[in-house]
Amino acid sequence: MVVIETPRSPRSRKAAKFERWGWLYMRISGMFLLVLIFGHLIINLVMNGGITQISFAFVAGKWADPFWKIWDGLMLWLALIHGTNGMRTIVNDYTERETLRKVLNYTLWVVCVSLIVLGTLVITTFDPCVDSSVSHTLSVCK
Amino acid sequence: MSDVKVIDEIPTYQVTLFVRRFNQEDGLEARWEDFDVTVHGTDRVLDALHKIKWEQDGSLTFRRSCAHGVCGSDAMRINGRNRLACKTLIKDLDMTKPIYVEPIKGLTVEKDLVVDMNPFYEAYRAVKPFLIASDKPEKERIQSPEDRERFEDTTKCILCAACTSSCPVFWTDGQYFGPAAIVNAHRFIFDSRDEGAEVRLDILNDKEGVWRCRTTFNCTEACPRGIEVTKAIAEVKQAILRGKP
Ligand code: HEM
Ligand code: SF4
Ligand code: FES
Repeated sequence: MVVIETPRSPRSRKAAKFERWGWLYMRISGMFLLVLIFGHLIINLVMNGGITQISFAFVAGKWADPFWKIWDGLMLWLALIHGTNGMRTIVNDYTERETLRKVLNYTLWVVCVSLIVLGTLVITTFDPCVDSSVSHTLSVCK
Repeated sequence: MSDVKVIDEIPTYQVTLFVRRFNQEDGLEARWEDFDVTVHGTDRVLDALHKIKWEQDGSLTFRRSCAHGVCGSDAMRINGRNRLACKTLIKDLDMTKPIYVEPIKGLTVEKDLVVDMNPFYEAYRAVKPFLIASDKPEKERIQSPEDRERFEDTTKCILCAACTSSCPVFWTDGQYFGPAAIVNAHRFIFDSRDEGAEVRLDILNDKEGVWRCRTTFNCTEACPRGIEVTKAIAEVKQAILRGKP
């Protein structure tokens, strides 16, 4: 009987089984972002006079409606995690030294989390009447 | 004048080949060297390389064996595209310009057009490219034509490495399994007679596995066997997400 030598065991690199979730996330968030981003661009920059309509009152008006708070909040979370995970992919492609790779990737996620926290804070605690120098013109603050 | 139809003679052309030369022993950097060659309309890039080696410079080094697109020895980068030298007719290239021939990228060059194929073969070996079955049938293992058709495309691979060495993700650090290994895993994952699909899906669900593929389609474009490589990779991704073939 001919015995074929057992092929060597699979490569011993650290297996990271979460890569599949990253891959799925890029596609699912991408589908949502398509609607959220282009909807955002059309409503803010094209409809009703385009960019000339944008002012403090315009933003205050949008964020008086929970619908736009949820829209912008979703866009914030999905796009930042999507962009950061995409940048992580690129960092993994281009870095050769493990320490540099770690430093860049940690930095990315720290920036991502900071921006998400700050952005979420703005959306959820937004009060159009706090600064009297601009808000006195808004009817809701009278 | 007689109206006997004379079959045209095979036309001949003068072409210039720029070949990427490298020899570790001469201590020089890799460089382009040009050769003028007279070729026939029926000649392939491999024939031109032969003419150079046999008539002009015997030190020119490249791999070839079958010379007919079966053995997978002579994948090289011809005018910037990964091709088998033995399947690339010179008349199909733009002969008004020089033809550039260099080794495939992403693998260490040993000499001239010869690269170290071992990392490529290691990735191939890692996906267990052999039948895994627990039973021992008396005769052949029966398979329906439909079940055979499921993996027909990926049986055609000749392990030439044209796909893997055309992949920009493989170029980055050479750790990615690469399209060829995934194609050969696909050939067994979707074989109804095989029982090792889960094992192979688990191997390819790795940091360096199928998820590094960015759907560039370079591999499909490069494959001399016309295998739909990118599609095969996508099918393996789907199978991993499903948890079964
Ligand atoms: C318009 C909606 C968007 C869609 C449909 C989308 C879709 C995708 C998909 C499917 C990928 C994965 C590509 C691959 O793995 O081959 C990806 C990668 C990426 N995305 Fe998005 N994306 C969108 C918006 C954004 C935004 C707003 C950002 C920035 C914040 C962004 C940054 C990135 C980055 C950096 C990558 C990684 C690129 C790479 O792998 O080379 N994308 N995108
Ligand atoms: S899939 Fe095609 S290009 Fe890749 S190694 Fe096999 S035959 Fe060559
Ligand atoms: S020499 Fe065998 S494939 Fe070209």
